[in-house]
Amino acid sequence: MKQKDIAELLDEPACAHNKKSKSGCAKPKPGATAGGCAFDGAQIALLPIADVAHIVHGSIACAGSSWDNRGTRSSGSRLFRVGMTTDLTEQDVIMGRGEKRLFHSIKQAVESYKPAAVFVYNTCVPALIGDDIEAVCKAAEKRWGTPVVPVDCAGFYGTKNLGNRIAGESMVKYVCGTREPDPLPESVQRPGIEVHDVTLVGEYNIAGELWHVLPLLDELGIRVLCTLSGDARYREVQTMHRSEVNMMVCSKAMINVARKLQEAFGTPWFEGSFYGVRDVSQALRDFARLIGDDDLSRRTEALIAREEAKIDEQLQPWRERLKGRKVLLYTGGVKSWSVIAALQDLGMQVVATGTKKSTEDDKARIRELMGKDAVMLEDGNPRALINIVRDNDVDVLIAGGRNMYTALKARIPFLDINQEREFGYAGYAGMVELARQLVLTIDSPIWPAVRQPAPWRLAAASAEVANA
Amino acid sequence: MPEHVKTEGRTEIIKRNKALSVSPLKASQTIGAALAFLGFHRSIPMLHGSQGCTAFGKVFFVRHFREPIPLQTTAMDQVTTVMGSEDSVVEGLKTIAEKNSPALLGVPTTGLSETQGSDVNMAVKDFRRLYPQFDAIPVVPVSTPDYAGCLESGFAKALDAIIKTLVPPAQQGGTQPGRRRRQVNVLVGSFLTPGDLEELKDIIELFGLRPLLLPDLSDSLDGHLGEQDFSPLTIGGTPVAELASVGDSLATLVIGRSLDRAADSLYELTKVPEYRFDHLMSIDAIDRFIDTLRNLSREPVPARLERQRAQLQDAMLDTHFMLGMGRFAVAGDPDLLGAFSHMLASVGSEVVAAVSPVNAPVLGDAACECVKIGDLEDLEKLAKENSAEILITNSHGVESAQRLGIPLLRAGFPQYDMLGGYQRTWIGYRGVRQTLFDLANIMLTLEKGEIHPYRSIYGQKPEYNEDTRHDDHEALAVG
Repeated sequence: MKQKDIAELLDEPACAHNKKSKSGCAKPKPGATAGGCAFDGAQIALLPIADVAHIVHGSIACAGSSWDNRGTRSSGSRLFRVGMTTDLTEQDVIMGRGEKRLFHSIKQAVESYKPAAVFVYNTCVPALIGDDIEAVCKAAEKRWGTPVVPVDCAGFYGTKNLGNRIAGESMVKYVCGTREPDPLPESVQRPGIEVHDVTLVGEYNIAGELWHVLPLLDELGIRVLCTLSGDARYREVQTMHRSEVNMMVCSKAMINVARKLQEAFGTPWFEGSFYGVRDVSQALRDFARLIGDDDLSRRTEALIAREEAKIDEQLQPWRERLKGRKVLLYTGGVKSWSVIAALQDLGMQVVATGTKKSTEDDKARIRELMGKDAVMLEDGNPRALINIVRDNDVDVLIAGGRNMYTALKARIPFLDINQEREFGYAGYAGMVELARQLVLTIDSPIWPAVRQPAPWRLAAASAEVANA
Repeated sequence: MPEHVKTEGRTEIIKRNKALSVSPLKASQTIGAALAFLGFHRSIPMLHGSQGCTAFGKVFFVRHFREPIPLQTTAMDQVTTVMGSEDSVVEGLKTIAEKNSPALLGVPTTGLSETQGSDVNMAVKDFRRLYPQFDAIPVVPVSTPDYAGCLESGFAKALDAIIKTLVPPAQQGGTQPGRRRRQVNVLVGSFLTPGDLEELKDIIELFGLRPLLLPDLSDSLDGHLGEQDFSPLTIGGTPVAELASVGDSLATLVIGRSLDRAADSLYELTKVPEYRFDHLMSIDAIDRFIDTLRNLSREPVPARLERQRAQLQDAMLDTHFMLGMGRFAVAGDPDLLGAFSHMLASVGSEVVAAVSPVNAPVLGDAACECVKIGDLEDLEKLAKENSAEILITNSHGVESAQRLGIPLLRAGFPQYDMLGGYQRTWIGYRGVRQTLFDLANIMLTLEKGEIHPYRSIYGQKPEYNEDTRHDDHEALAVG
């Protein structure tokens, strides 16, 4: 990928980060950087497309330590769970055989697995030695008749966030618009309900949580043409251009997709979240509003009233146990405001939140929710998190999986909110699971057992006091 | 008096309320007593009853331990059953004494001999009178009819009888508590496996103490290949001669509430200070045990145990996500049931179905709302009613687990469909840690919180159409 293209991706006009003096994504700082590379970001953004053969072109470190580690779920094809890499050898690198190996790899994947398409992820070594993956993909597609999409995302191009955008860019450039949506079958038509097409960008169906939301959309007559990329299929991505409204779910990572689809096809988009009762309802309302169908709006309000009443009742016993409990939220991302609202719904008090990737808008929303004195953490190093927990008598730390063992070692109750988690918290139903998991860890009897010293230590300590 | 804090019993006990016992959980007192004798060296129990009582018991233990089991019978027949069976006891004792010269002969009674009113004590006196040449062979009769109690209580009764018969009172034996400054007696209940006993001995030895286990199944039925090709007697276990010196021990440790009476007897005879533990399957209980050893030995807690404790704490942290709010169905003899209930409660799990074959004081302190006295049918019903997620019981629970559609963790007697159950270590920091991992792994296989795939009616996914076609086809075929 050319420097110019990278710069263009970094310069995302729709991104609020871009409107300040320090524009674009921050540069990583050697010696003090956490988080993944561009390849990581591109792979996790597209891997959930289930019926695609995802080939990582590179030496083993890229795929070897990252394949099949996402908590994303598919309702059918499981091809995405098969790890594929060209596993380049020293000879390949020295003799320049990378392209050839890639070409044959594509053939092998097509013949063995009959994928709907092949995605080829470029990585540092082949990018450095100059493999022309775009040319290889084009030739392979022609030769074997299966779509082959290059995703040029070598790690040194930049951060995970950039990788997300590269992934989105590849979809817009090579896949969207290559097929028209299926005509709606008679069997799914209901009298008086006009079906509208939408897409969800940045929804990854972690732990299958999308399936908490889809039934609601089905009921309203909203067809999700494609989710980019949770439980998606290649042929769905092809039809994204026909969407009437695109929703950016909970993440700015692929904001370029929404913007480009708007530029090319005039599709309006909005930013929303499926976490927390208020936000789920808001997202449904936004769909109805942007589609501009009065009947849909009316039915949406009825559905929201029904679901909110139902979930309110289910949450009641949990609220009693969670009321007044203090939370430190460290998601590192834009999810913060969304999750804050969800936690406040449960009667919990959010004492501080991470804002590392949040924009000024996000921060404004956070202040709105938490009050003027909201503690915002730019830098979520483990020591800082633990100190805040200690200083504020925090009951539970909610953060990404990588912080889990830090929290546990510090004997702090913990809830995993990021992509590796095993439970789905989206939708109205997801709130009950969220509440359950919070109570499970906060009220666990293990805390006194792991905090208390052994009785002989206590005896020794009191003996010392007695002697002194 | 012994340091034994009795906590207020809170658990409700629901009595047996049906005529038929279905999928019985109970194993007889008689074979429980036999098992206790098997923990002494060169010993053999002879069940006083019909030969079937022994044959079934033998198969029960052979399958569980995968070892030859020395077990004999007085082989009561029609004549002896009607006319009196004391002669059979005398004859049986003589035959075994003559052929095998065992170090210990146990005579547990059965439902048959007890109902008949057989006087085993008189029979033993007759044996002594008639065959004084066998005076050196100790004979311990114990009353264990199978119409009362269960395996656990039979085991405890046999141990009590062994102590009463073979441990000399302090004055008579000239023993003095603490004379053997590093020796501790350890009374161990039937709920401890040979693997548990090995762990127990290791822990005690780490403090520089010499454990004297009564009985010691970890030396006889631990599944080791001996040099001898055949033995009609046990090939390991506590030497009977050691019983003469238990009065010299520094202390007695008692593991299992079922052994209360045996412990009382030992204390009465020897006045050796004693420390009682219901179980060693939760961090609190193990802490108290370790602290007791520290006080007895006046040694600091070994670094290795400190490490194991820290490892257990870490395992509690890692597994609490899976085990918190876990719902368990547990069936077993009272001590085992109580121990599991406390272990599970310590990580935030709940025992939602608890069944014991008999009532016992320890059940009053089980960490669950109520305990049903009953069978595996009761367990199955309760497990279903209360949506249990994992079943813990013996191998007979396989069918119940299948019908319930939940996984089974095997514990207790008998375990015949998997190898190594007898060697599994449940106790101590290490044993509990492994159990937590195993239970958490089982919990993960349940895919709890798993959201089932939802197929949108508008889905453009190719496999939806294929499957629909398929369904139509099937529907047509059926229709």
